[in-house]
Amino acid sequence: MDASQPLPMDARRTPETPRTENGQGQRSQPLIRSAGIRFALSYGVVFALAAFVLAFSLWHSTADLLQRQVQNAIHDDITLLTEHDQVGGGASVVAALQDRLANSQNADAIYLLVDANGNRLAGNLDQWPAGLTKMDSWYQLPVRRGGDSSMALLRALQLPTGEKLLVGRDVRALIGLHDTLRDAMIGAASLILVLGLLSILLIRALFRGVIRDISATTRAIAQGDLSRRVPRSGKGDEFDELAGLINHMLDRITRLMDGVRQVSNAIAHDLRTPITRARARLEDAAAHASSPEAMQNAIERATQDLDGIVRVFEALLRIAEIDAGARRAAFLTVDLSPMLRDMDELYRAVAEERGLHLETGIIAPLPVFGDRDLVQQAVANLLDNALKFSPPGEVIRLSAVLNGAMVEIVVADRGPGIAEADRNRATERFFRAEIARHTEGSGLGLALVAAVAQLHNGTLELEDNGPGLRAVFSIPAQLSET
Amino acid sequence: MRILVVEDDKDVAGFVVKGLREAGHAVEYADNGRDGLFLAASENFDAIILDRMLPGGIDGLRLLETLRAQDNTTPVVFLSALTQVDDRVRGLKAGGDDYLTKPFAFAELLARVEALARRGKGDGPATRLAVSDLEMDLLSRSVRRGTQKIDLQPREFRLLEYLMRHAGQVVTRTMLLEGVWDYHFDPQTNVIDVHISRLRQKIDKPFEQPLLHTVRNAGYMLRAEEA
Repeated sequence: MDASQPLPMDARRTPETPRTENGQGQRSQPLIRSAGIRFALSYGVVFALAAFVLAFSLWHSTADLLQRQVQNAIHDDITLLTEHDQVGGGASVVAALQDRLANSQNADAIYLLVDANGNRLAGNLDQWPAGLTKMDSWYQLPVRRGGDSSMALLRALQLPTGEKLLVGRDVRALIGLHDTLRDAMIGAASLILVLGLLSILLIRALFRGVIRDISATTRAIAQGDLSRRVPRSGKGDEFDELAGLINHMLDRITRLMDGVRQVSNAIAHDLRTPITRARARLEDAAAHASSPEAMQNAIERATQDLDGIVRVFEALLRIAEIDAGARRAAFLTVDLSPMLRDMDELYRAVAEERGLHLETGIIAPLPVFGDRDLVQQAVANLLDNALKFSPPGEVIRLSAVLNGAMVEIVVADRGPGIAEADRNRATERFFRAEIARHTEGSGLGLALVAAVAQLHNGTLELEDNGPGLRAVFSIPAQLSET
Repeated sequence: MRILVVEDDKDVAGFVVKGLREAGHAVEYADNGRDGLFLAASENFDAIILDRMLPGGIDGLRLLETLRAQDNTTPVVFLSALTQVDDRVRGLKAGGDDYLTKPFAFAELLARVEALARRGKGDGPATRLAVSDLEMDLLSRSVRRGTQKIDLQPREFRLLEYLMRHAGQVVTRTMLLEGVWDYHFDPQTNVIDVHISRLRQKIDKPFEQPLLHTVRNAGYMLRAEEA
């Protein structure tokens, strides 16, 4: 019925009312459009219908039962009286009737015996009730008994001797009971209706209560307060589960937002320096270069500065791409050991060049479900760091083993390591420890390694190698077939 | 060589065209996809440098797909600001032969274009490679210079093979990383320089005439001195 309505007012109002008014708008909604009311109403209707069906059938079967009991009693009476007639004739019937009428237990019983001419022979009715014409069928008629008018269930029969016998029961009390029962049912029905209405309101309030928490939270978040969470009832019901899911989603959004904020801060601070340097160099050359060689030199160095900035950008974009999780689509089952052996070979020469020893322990196979190129880059970053910070003559260890359900790749060096206090922050973008501040690098290497680990549902642990750094990169192994 | 540049940014295009002409190539230029496709389909080029995002309704991908659908196999280098791995994969799937992200060094572009253009004219699988008196036998996997046999590690052999296949051309560090180590990003350490210098120890050091040259700001080149 409501679906046929044209677009709601709100739709037309939106242009001039800003979104923040949504909460208020909700209150002025027509009742039928409230999900709570709709839900409660349908519940109420089903409830009332069930109650009505139950009450009606109860009422009907009770009334039916009582009626049948009376009919049985009348029937039994008739059978007995007929036997009296067959055995002892009319006189016996009259005697039996008088006997019955004298017995006060049968106050409701009604008898009338008339002869073929309609003269009363015995019984407690003043006269043959008007309207009773057919024999052997049920009648419910008003009768007069001792001056009282009453209602009776009656049945008449023709005796073989020509008399007519009328047997019945006064059903005034029964009708009264009937009415009382009906009134009780109506009363109960009204009570059910009231209770139903109350439960409608209750359900609506309950509904609103749950929705209110969620909508209040989302509204606050839409207005920029990302710290809000939907309160959980702890009951473990569906709403609780929904609240948990929403909170989980909000956590993830917050993490991503933090990442974006971190990156934009970092861009503001850390990229400003090399850009300033390049700009200064160019401006200085434009103003003061005394020879074409000096100019050439300045331009070349500025180009190198720009290349450095581009490298930082690329690393940032790559981390962002990894964080977004899009590369999971390209995951494959792959053995990492050949790749690691290539890395060993590639970096061994560099280590030797610098007077370092690269010790390697790679135990194949190392099956993972992941992105080989990304893991390769992560390991390369760890090795780059180890090479950069190791004093000559030291040993760098690269090992990779299957440790339980995890593939564990460890790069350990004997350099200055990372101070305990800095270890947690070491994987933040652009974080650089005091010792590293004056070496070349962007401060993005470990951030990328951590992002790769996270993408693979793994971890990057930075430990003390006493002295030096022990970086443990572990990701879940793919142990399907064995 | 005849090279087609399809790029809408005038500054970038001007820089690329000028650079290619200085390197001795004949260059045609289009600043939108429609003209680019017309030129590429109607004339013969040794290589095409193609921007991914182009005005004029036909972007780089569509242009290339159309071209490949016409059985045109001219080598294509994509030049793009789209740096995600997916973009790269899509570019190569559409029939691109190489993918260079912006910003780029001209030396890198030149080296890649020349390498591709030459590969396009490849004369079948060779079994022997030779530069001056340095010879490589690909079947027996042996290398000799003059009369002297040179022992190489497997990776050094592949590095030298790559250099010899591109003899007379500049080969950048990234090309070597990709071509020899299958490594698709820039390591912070000078890994390539170290491996080149080791190779140099073996093939050049004992001889009078050096063959493996460093090209400043670009990479390396294997060539006989007089060339």
